Amino acid sequence: MLSLAGISYRYAGYAKPVLHDIDLTLADGEIVGVVGANEAGKSTLCLVASGLAPGSIGGALTGGGLTIDGEAMAGKPLHEFATRVGIGFQNPATQLSGVTGSVFEEVALGPMNLGLRRRETVERVKAALATLGIEDLAEREPRRLSGGQGQLVVLASLLAMRPAHLVLDEPTAQLDPEGTRLVGEALRGLAATGTALLIAEHKTDLLDGLCSRVVVLDGGRIVADGPTRAVLDDPSLVDRGVDPPARVRLARALGAVGLDPSVLS
Amino acid sequence: MTEVRLEDVGFVYPDGTRALADVDLAFAPGESVAIVGQNGSGKSTLVRHLNGLLRPTEGRVLHDGEDVAGRRVAALASRVGIVFQNPDRQIFAGKVRDEVTFGPRMLGRSEAEAATAGAAALDIVGLSESMDANPYDLGYSRRKLLAIASVLAMDTPVLVLDEPTTGQDARGIARVQTVLANVIGDGRTVIAISHDMRFVAESFARVVVMGDGRVLLDGSPAEVFAESAWPVLASTYLEPPYAARVGARLSLGSTPTETALVEALRARA
Repeated sequence: MLSLAGISYRYAGYAKPVLHDIDLTLADGEIVGVVGANEAGKSTLCLVASGLAPGSIGGALTGGGLTIDGEAMAGKPLHEFATRVGIGFQNPATQLSGVTGSVFEEVALGPMNLGLRRRETVERVKAALATLGIEDLAEREPRRLSGGQGQLVVLASLLAMRPAHLVLDEPTAQLDPEGTRLVGEALRGLAATGTALLIAEHKTDLLDGLCSRVVVLDGGRIVADGPTRAVLDDPSLVDRGVDPPARVRLARALGAVGLDPSVLS
Repeated sequence: MTEVRLEDVGFVYPDGTRALADVDLAFAPGESVAIVGQNGSGKSTLVRHLNGLLRPTEGRVLHDGEDVAGRRVAALASRVGIVFQNPDRQIFAGKVRDEVTFGPRMLGRSEAEAATAGAAALDIVGLSESMDANPYDLGYSRRKLLAIASVLAMDTPVLVLDEPTTGQDARGIARVQTVLANVIGDGRTVIAISHDMRFVAESFARVVVMGDGRVLLDGSPAEVFAESAWPVLASTYLEPPYAARVGARLSLGSTPTETALVEALRARA
C-alpha cells in the first residue's frame, strides 16, 4: 500500500507549496491514473509519491507524510526507497544512466546495485526485456535509441528492480500504439502481482482502459477522485484543461448536432 | 520557398544499423506533411537529412534541385529549421529572450531584427510573458513551446518538428495546432513527426507512413487512414484514429477526423 496523507510540498528556493493537502492511498494491485493540465502538479506528485521529493531533490513537506506498506518513510535514506517504490520520469533521456554501453547493461544496472547475484540479474534483465518486446535492443547503445525505444528501456530497468510499487510520469508519451499496448499489458501484469501503480498521463484513452480509479489535479490540489468512467465522463474535466477519451468527446460532438451518440457503442 | 527532395536515400549508422532504405520523397513549398511509423522506423533519422545533420550513405538530398552534399549545416539551417523531440537538448540560454534571438542572430540578422523576430515567435506560442524567465524554470510543456519558438524565429521556409505534442495537455496541443496553422498560412512548409494519429489527421494535408526505414504509404489522411490501408498501418504497429475506426464500422467511408465522422453521420441521418 502506498499512502500520501495530507501532503503539502514546496520546492527548494520557493516560498509557496505546489502541492496542497494531498490525500491519496493506493491499495496493493491498484492502478490509479493522475490527470490535470500542464503545471497542475502531476510530475511533482510523482516525485513526492516516490520519495525523490524531498529525499533527493530537496524542498520540504510542509505537511503530511508518505507511508509505504505501513511504514512511515519520513527521514529514511534514499536506498530504503529503491526497492519499495520505483519512478519512471517523463523524459527517458534524463533517466538513462549514460554510463553503460548496451541496453542489457543499462537494464542490469539497477539489479546489480541491489547486490543481486549475476545469474539472478541476468534472469531479471531477460524477463524485463521480453515483457516489453525489446529483446532485439539488448546489444544496442542506449544513446542511439529513439525516444520511444528509450522509454521502453527505462521501463524495463524499472521492472528489473522489481519494486513493491511503481510511479510513472507519462510512461507512453513517446511511444507508438504497439509500444503503448505492450506497456499497458506489462503494467496490468505487474498490478496483478500486487504492485500499486500511480500513472500521470495526458492520454485519457490509455487510462480509460487501464485504471480502476482516476484522480484529477488542479492547482496542486486533488479536485476529483473516483472510478475511472465517472471521472473521465464528467463534463467539468474539460474546464480543468484535460482532454477526455475519444469516445466521450465524440459522443458529445454527436449530441451537440442532435445525433444519437449510441451509434458509437 | 524551398523544395526539399530525397532521392533514393539510404542511411546506415556507423554501428551498422540500417535506418533508411530507398526513401524517395519530395516536399513542395507550402505543404503540410506528417511522418508516422513505429518507434525506430527511421522518422527522426529521415528528418535529420533535411538540413544536413545526417548525410545519406546512399542517394541524394536536394534543395530546389541542388544537391546539398557539399553544403554545411550552418548554410542549410537558414532553409530548414528543426525542432527536436527533447527540448532540453535544444535549450541552452539563461533567459527565454536570449534563447529565441539566438537563431536569428546566428543567421546574421541585426540585434533589432532578432529581437522583433524573437518577440513575434514568443507571441505565437503564447510565451510573451515569460521573456525574462530562465527556461529551466518553465515546465516541460512550456520548454517545448520555447524550443518551437526558437526555431520559428529563424523564419525558415521549411519547419520540421519532431513530436511537437508529446507532454502537452489539451490547451498545449491546441496551441501547437494554432502555430502550425499560422506557419502553413504563411506559405511555409511544415513537416512533423508524430505518434498522435488524431493530431496528424486533423492538422496535416499529407501523411507519410514509415516502416523499417522505408516509405510504406504516402497520401491524404483520408487515404492513409482508409480501411483498405489498415493492414499496412498494422505492419508498422500503427492504429488509425478513433474516428476512422468508428466510421469504418458504420460503413461511412474514410472519416479520419472527428469532424469528418460527424459530417458523414449527419449526411446519412
